[in-house]
Amino acid sequence: MTTVGLMYLVASLCFILALKGLSSPKYARYGNLVGAFGMLVAVVTAYVHGVVHNGLWILVAIALGVVVGIPAARSVKMTAIPQMVALFNGVGGAAAALVALAEFFAVPDTTVMFRLATVLTVLIGSVSFSGSVVTFLKLQELMTTRPVLLPAGQQLAIAAAVSSVALCALTMAVPNGFLLWLLAVVGLALGVLFVLPVGGADVPIAISLLNAFTGLAVAASGYVLANTLLIVAGTLVGASGTILTRLMAQAMGRSLANILFGAFKATTAAVQGEEQRTVKSGTVEDVAILLGYANNVVVVPGYGLAVAQAQHAVRELVSTLEKRGVAVSYGIHPVAGRMPGHMNVLLAEADVPYEQLKELDDVNPGITSVDVAVVVGANDVVNPGARDEPSSPIYGMPIFDVDRAKSVVFMKRSMRPGFAGVDNELLYNPKTTLLFGDAKDSLTKLLAAVKQL
Amino acid sequence: MIDLLTIFVLAVFVGFEVVSKVSTILHTPLMSGANAIHGVILVGAILITGSAESTLELVLGLLAVFLATVNVVGGFVVTDRMLEMFRK
Repeated sequence: MTTVGLMYLVASLCFILALKGLSSPKYARYGNLVGAFGMLVAVVTAYVHGVVHNGLWILVAIALGVVVGIPAARSVKMTAIPQMVALFNGVGGAAAALVALAEFFAVPDTTVMFRLATVLTVLIGSVSFSGSVVTFLKLQELMTTRPVLLPAGQQLAIAAAVSSVALCALTMAVPNGFLLWLLAVVGLALGVLFVLPVGGADVPIAISLLNAFTGLAVAASGYVLANTLLIVAGTLVGASGTILTRLMAQAMGRSLANILFGAFKATTAAVQGEEQRTVKSGTVEDVAILLGYANNVVVVPGYGLAVAQAQHAVRELVSTLEKRGVAVSYGIHPVAGRMPGHMNVLLAEADVPYEQLKELDDVNPGITSVDVAVVVGANDVVNPGARDEPSSPIYGMPIFDVDRAKSVVFMKRSMRPGFAGVDNELLYNPKTTLLFGDAKDSLTKLLAAVKQL
Repeated sequence: MIDLLTIFVLAVFVGFEVVSKVSTILHTPLMSGANAIHGVILVGAILITGSAESTLELVLGLLAVFLATVNVVGGFVVTDRMLEMFRK
């Protein structure tokens, strides 16, 4: 027993060091590897000391999990990482709920604390699973990315929340397998109702929160099994996940409550009055001249850049401009891409030097001296409405003030609004030149045109 | 029981402490890494399946082992892929 306890202690320490490492750019990768090592220690210990029978079955299930998990993680495109993380989180939550169910059927008659831990694991695990699946569907655009408001959705959510609490209490009073299954079903419904009204750019925050939920479910399952490792690791993730969720919300300048429940309150977003407004669109040659003879250029990339796989094209254009003596930097919004830090990953993949990546506070103070701000596949992060219009659904989110630059080039596939589904005043600004077309295509043509100058 | 509660409370503080300061660049990898760590439910799934007596327990347990394994290996691999990009 002592050996087992020691091994679990080693694993717990590895997890703490992993989270610590992942918080600093220098040690992040080691941190992840230390975490993986701790996991290996924990799993081998559990298998060697805890398995009485069914050993072969367990190995088969693990092998299947590896066969499914590794190729999925290896082949996923960097642009699709957020929804992949959501899926992995969801299956973790489901696993926790299943463990608690199985333990309940193995040992149905126990203490009150044990029952409390059981119902909590089943409930939180189910919420995390179904909620994560909905976030996956949203990010994969298999369903609308807008907030979904069911008729009486708020009442339904409250009803589901109340009945889940009631079922928890009932199951604790009268331990009964049927009630526990029912609780799992209500939990699944609650997860769906909870995430449906969360829209667009806020979805990653919901993922982060569900991640913390799964951590808590795992911690609760640790009580069920009286296993300290599960308690420690689950709690670590629950606590750090909560902090991380808050940090993300702060990066967007929003409160968590506003993100989760904002859609219920926002009755009608300001209706756009004029249907037909003029925009100025330019040719590739116009834009090439604008850029080629500028002194100072800021590129603001967004998710559209990543979708078009245009990271390399933009890097080439930037280095060509630099050879002409143009000072170029990238303005990276904290939530550019689909998740905080996502864009940094994508640009690092294209070998963009780290020093060229500038944050909001580095760019905005000097924005008025910028000759051209090039917006590639971004939209919401440069929308002046977030700064000026209290009625805008994204009001309060910090933005790049590119409308204050001397001129703006807006590369866009179409006039469709951004991920948050909000119209962008910048498009109609007389300083703005629109360049329609696929980002990669436009950038390649632009590169050729700049070289011609 | 109180021992377990003590461990829980201490772990909450450790969890708050380790990630209190982290730059936005690392938010995504950190979330993904934490995601892999809660895959430790695999340990619970193995223990429960290893002592399962009925078919129902076995089926629930094995499904949990499978899902938890996907969580663990997928989580660590995808985090590593992300962090690979930062290595310069």
